[in-house]
Amino acid sequence: MDKFSTHTGIGVPLRRSNVDTDQIIPAVYLKRVTKTGFDDGLFSAWRKDPEFVLNQDAYRSGSVLVAGPDFGTGSSREHAVWALRDYGFKAVLCSRFADIFRGNAGNQGLVAAQLAQDDIEQLWKILEEQPGTQVTVDLVSQQVHAGDATFRFDIDEYTRWRLMEGLDDIGLTLRHLEDIEAFEARRPAWMPKTLPARIAD
Amino acid sequence: MAGTLAEKVWNDHVVRRGENGEPDLLYIDLQLLHEVTSPQAFDGLRQENRPLRRLDQTIATEDHNTPTIDIDKPIADITSRTQIETLRRNAEEFGVRIHSLGDVDQGIVHVVGPQLGLTMPGVTIVCGDSHTSTHGAFGALAFGIGTSQVEHVMATQTLSLKPFRTMAITVNGTLKPGVTAKDIILAVIAKIGTGGGQGYVLEYRGEAIRALSMEGRMTICNMSIEAGARAGMIAPDETTFEYVKGRPHAPTGELWDEAVAYWKTLRSDDDATFDAEVVIDADELEPFVTWGTNPGQGLPLSADVPAPEDFTDDTSRAAAERALEYMDLVPGTPLKDIRVDTIFMGSCTNGRIEDLRAFAEVLQGRTKHPDVRVLVVPGSARVRIQAEQEGLHEIFEAFGAEWRQAGCSMCLGMNPDQLKPGERAASTSNRNFEGRQGKGGRTHLVSPIVAAATAVRGTLSSPLDLDPIDVDSRPAAAAAGEQKTA
Ligand code: SF4
Repeated sequence: MDKFSTHTGIGVPLRRSNVDTDQIIPAVYLKRVTKTGFDDGLFSAWRKDPEFVLNQDAYRSGSVLVAGPDFGTGSSREHAVWALRDYGFKAVLCSRFADIFRGNAGNQGLVAAQLAQDDIEQLWKILEEQPGTQVTVDLVSQQVHAGDATFRFDIDEYTRWRLMEGLDDIGLTLRHLEDIEAFEARRPAWMPKTLPARIAD
Repeated sequence: MAGTLAEKVWNDHVVRRGENGEPDLLYIDLQLLHEVTSPQAFDGLRQENRPLRRLDQTIATEDHNTPTIDIDKPIADITSRTQIETLRRNAEEFGVRIHSLGDVDQGIVHVVGPQLGLTMPGVTIVCGDSHTSTHGAFGALAFGIGTSQVEHVMATQTLSLKPFRTMAITVNGTLKPGVTAKDIILAVIAKIGTGGGQGYVLEYRGEAIRALSMEGRMTICNMSIEAGARAGMIAPDETTFEYVKGRPHAPTGELWDEAVAYWKTLRSDDDATFDAEVVIDADELEPFVTWGTNPGQGLPLSADVPAPEDFTDDTSRAAAERALEYMDLVPGTPLKDIRVDTIFMGSCTNGRIEDLRAFAEVLQGRTKHPDVRVLVVPGSARVRIQAEQEGLHEIFEAFGAEWRQAGCSMCLGMNPDQLKPGERAASTSNRNFEGRQGKGGRTHLVSPIVAAATAVRGTLSSPLDLDPIDVDSRPAAAAAGEQKTA
């Protein structure tokens, strides 16, 4: 995972709430077994509409998505994060993220920054009045800058640290292997075991 | 210190307490795998040369892409076939137990875990699938994770997580006839909203929950994620123990006694505090259906299609406007006048044996509306076998329904079972998102008995809307209720 400290790019106003992961990337794109190349599936139903924000020249190469509340709800598919990332998004700004989406974003280096809904509305206004406005997402100061405006955002402290250090969560956990082994040694014997396989009579 | 059910299970699984804002390291007892969210995780292990740490706590099944007809032939869709073959290859390479298409224990991952007795109280369960919340019906802490986390569990059998908040959802009273577990959860989601549960484990409690079978409890916990929750849980009781006992992987002998003694401690203490509480009166509930494109957009079946102006905040109004357009519905239309083309009976929400029995009981002795197509898809191969032993398939076939093989099927249409653009379904699944059941398809979420009544009348209906038929002519369904469930 690359280290992230600050990013500046075109802001994209997505004035929709409850953008579920089926909208971010429909199930047909989930049949792939690779981890990259999902950009064609991003918002695929909406992208057929010429009016859709990403089909407008000013926003096409956007990299900071400003979305309505409850972004990333529904299915746990990490493909939603891969699709945003593969399209070129580095950050999503929203007043309320679905939990699994937020976790997935943190694991893939996509910044999920939480702002107050009033600030999101202001950002939408700025981005719609001046399409193509650059937005800066500064993870160090936890601030978003767009035009003359500055907003503070929230992000889980641990996730922020990992994003800034570019750290792989598995590697971090494996440092505690001894704790895991000690835990396993005291697990009760009735706990479920899948092996050896048993089937009903 | 007093604790909630969720806190107790959490605390018993902390490998290492996080300090200074770090997450806890939580031990995972069981990981379930399916073909869609695992390939990239196996790849990750391979790249780093890591083994899968606990093969004896891992199990895989094929469900999302599997066809529900002609399962003895090669899968026609090449990408689906590749994904399934990839899972088989990965399972073989890493040594993971797998139940493939055609195997007696193949089926939807959330139906297979409980039926094998692997899902039990007090354990932590994860799967790269948001409906992992289903398993919380047993008093397990079970939640969906992303593919990076699947890989993390494969490599370490743990996850780094911050504790979840807790919400008590108390359902008092008794359900009226014709009102089911599905209606409870649709009413809960309509009440708290699709984001209302975010960050929370929902604990369902109260008289109406205690009265439910395990199948009903699974239906409720299953859809916790549709309220945005991390998990749903129900404290285990005799109903739970009775269901688990004797299943292939349930503990036996002294281990069973030891397990039950511990399971009995798994309830929220009387003086435990929840971060939020919601109370619902079961007596006031009616059959519930959704009219919009998220599971929170639901109303009692007796209501009319709402108008955008009925919503006071801008966001809900805009969402309603968009949903009505997509669903092609006119405000003020009685929900019961909405015609449907397709009935989908299945999914991890309502694809278990009891659901099929309830569906069959309404259908038996009645005639299908000529304009509807009815798809009945059992949640697992074993549910299919049991349904056939009980003769349910004969009721379905006599009615004119298509009796299929097990899998996710039209719940998400990754296989050929899809709605065509503009088609409208009454579906017992869990998501009515735009295009979920096929591009341009429209979904109304309903309970199995509402699905059945709708199949008879051709418009959204409850069994109470049907003309009564001679009860003596339906012996099989009445007898079916007595048998032990799959
Ligand atoms: S039945 Fe539907 S919700 Fe359940 S696991 Fe399959 S696709 Fe997901």
